[in-house]
Amino acid sequence: MEHYISLAVKAIFIENLALAFFLGMCSFLAVSKKVSTAIGLGAAVIFVMVITVPANNVINNHLLKKGSLSWINSDLAGYDLSFLGFLCYIGTIAAMVQIVEMAIDKFAPALYNTLGVFLPLIAVNCAILGASLFMVNRDYTFSESAVYGLGSGIGWFLAIVGLASIRERMEYSNVPLPLRGLGMTFMVTGLMAIGFMAFGGIQL
Amino acid sequence: MANIAKKTLLDPLAEDNPVVLQVLGICSALAVTTKMDTAVVMSVAVIAVLTLSNLSISLIRNQIPTSIRIIVQLTIIASLVIITDQVLKAYVFEISKQLSVFVGLIITNCIIMGRAEAFAMQNGPGLSILDGIGNGLGYSVVLLITAFVREVFGSGKFYGMTVFPVVTEGGWYHPNGILITSSGAFFIIGFIIWFLRCWKTDQIEEEG
Repeated sequence: MEHYISLAVKAIFIENLALAFFLGMCSFLAVSKKVSTAIGLGAAVIFVMVITVPANNVINNHLLKKGSLSWINSDLAGYDLSFLGFLCYIGTIAAMVQIVEMAIDKFAPALYNTLGVFLPLIAVNCAILGASLFMVNRDYTFSESAVYGLGSGIGWFLAIVGLASIRERMEYSNVPLPLRGLGMTFMVTGLMAIGFMAFGGIQL
Repeated sequence: MANIAKKTLLDPLAEDNPVVLQVLGICSALAVTTKMDTAVVMSVAVIAVLTLSNLSISLIRNQIPTSIRIIVQLTIIASLVIITDQVLKAYVFEISKQLSVFVGLIITNCIIMGRAEAFAMQNGPGLSILDGIGNGLGYSVVLLITAFVREVFGSGKFYGMTVFPVVTEGGWYHPNGILITSSGAFFIIGFIIWFLRCWKTDQIEEEG
């Protein structure tokens, strides 16, 4: 149990996908103007990640990895399909995003209208593919990958909501003209990354 | 015609840079820039994938049904990235290890999707190739500037060769450690945007 808690804390704070690995930056910067939309997008990312990371784990362990096909037939044990990984992972993610989009459209139309064009963009949100690739790289088991997916999703959610709140407050500040908008957002994100670095020393 | 071609090729360098103006492909621009050699390999990989994906999507643009175009584009891009990944593993194994997941993340690099969607779906193959090369170069410029600043001032080296001998190895230069961390990359891109918008004032965003 302790192992899972430390894995989750690590994924949320120490190895925050947005601030330590720069993943999902495009939507991170584009959708962080208002806290309410940021919360919506963050929640959608958590949801998609919790499903796709374990799903890709199953695909990797039972279809792609060397020797993983032996459950069908022992003749197949020698095949190594891991080079097809990218294609399979992105396929799973695209399909999941489609399902989430339909579900939100049906059950929360207001949220659907606010998220608008950004929902399909989750498919190309690198944070989601990145989480799957890190999972494969680090050889997580099925339950570890579920915890990792949830943790990374929450970490990304915290980062985008934090940035959106700062940007809402910044409306009242006098930023140099050429730095307005995107430039200032980068500076703020940099400062947030320094803040999150404080977690780096924690040993779990 | 020659004019349009030149504009397509050169505009993404400063006038319409994919990273600092269109906000595309930031993730990898930040992550692979602690050293010059990873940045160079990444730039070449992105230019190759971007040019080929623009070409192939533009060639079949009239056959793709609009409702499933995202999946078609993703499949083409993912296949190209798999090829790139295998090539990198075969020829520059050390660097491909350092790039780790970021080669795979070229698939979700928004520059490639963005250009496929915005340009290759509407234009012929010739122009699309130029657009691919141009945007790839625009991306590389930002990547190389960032990597240059981070490596030279962050660890006193340029392309692995010592420029400033650092204190820990008996030299005089105190490396600026924050440039190596992730926050340093954010600041450098922030400054690039600042300088570029001082020069090209029409890019200034009016908000708030």
